[in-house]
Amino acid sequence: MSSDLIRVPINGISDIICARLTVRREAARIGFSTADQTRVATAVSEVARNVINYATEGVCTLRDDSNSDELHLQVTIEDHGPGIDNVVEAMRDGYSTGGGLGAGLPGTCRLVSLFNIESRQGLTRVTFSLIRKRA
Amino acid sequence: MRVPIIRLGRILLISIQTDLTDNDALCLQSDLIKKISDTEAQGVAIDITALDVVDSYMARIINDTVCMAQLLGADVVISGVQPFVALSMVEMGSDLIRAECVFNLEQAMKRLEIRMSTRGDICLKRDNYVQ
Ligand SMILES: Nc1ncnc2c1ncn2[C@@H]1O[C@H](COP(=O)(O)OP(=O)(O)OP(=O)(O)O)[C@@H](O)[C@H]1O
Ligand SMILES: [Mg+2]
Repeated sequence: MSSDLIRVPINGISDIICARLTVRREAARIGFSTADQTRVATAVSEVARNVINYATEGVCTLRDDSNSDELHLQVTIEDHGPGIDNVVEAMRDGYSTGGGLGAGLPGTCRLVSLFNIESRQGLTRVTFSLIRKRA
Repeated sequence: MRVPIIRLGRILLISIQTDLTDNDALCLQSDLIKKISDTEAQGVAIDITALDVVDSYMARIINDTVCMAQLLGADVVISGVQPFVALSMVEMGSDLIRAECVFNLEQAMKRLEIRMSTRGDICLKRDNYVQ
């Protein structure tokens, strides 16, 4: 049932709201519960905010990977900014180079089913999925 | 979009009606602390029913605003935290809202009135009283 990708550009602060509305709508369409819609919208909000804060612009891509057994929404958020020096550190609660609480990435990780981050100079790609067994 | 701040006697009332951008939220924060100081408000009720996502950044703005208001001398009560917002915030471990929370604005007003009646403050800016 893999369908077309949905792409949302993240070029400014107001795009954060646009991205989370779009992901909520897509999660609802796929059949996720309101709780899961909120989880994934919150996750998108966190990661998209990092794009604005550390890389200025990027793009959020949504993919419906559901099959007959499970609902599966995959979200990819990538930017071509400076990259993350130390990805392991960045995933640690309390690590921040931006004067934040350093709660964004580890918090996001706790909201979703799968979470992956790859980063180097010129490319940071955060991919996460929400997966639920069909009722 | 500027969020209006309504004054009811010694209480300031804020009802957020739409999703806030970061700038809207920061704007509301500075408008509010200025208004608290101008009116020597003793209580602030903030309704966040319309917020269907509270990420760690927004949670921090809310917390900071609560602390600022308290430093000035006002009590803050928050109402209308959506159930799934509460769920996501706790799961994320984002710093939880440090103000007292109630279900709706009416309860928030009641709570503030009870607190204010036990404070025994002397009001210097008499004209702010609305009997
Ligand atoms: N897209 C990105 N590009 C470059 N660096 C990033 C990116 N995303 C995150 N980082 C780095 O990883 C660190 C941790 O990110 P995380 O979102 O967990 O915390 P934070 O943004 O610093 O604070 P918070 O999210 O709590 O406000 C950041 O401080 C930053 O150094
Ligand atoms: Mg962050």
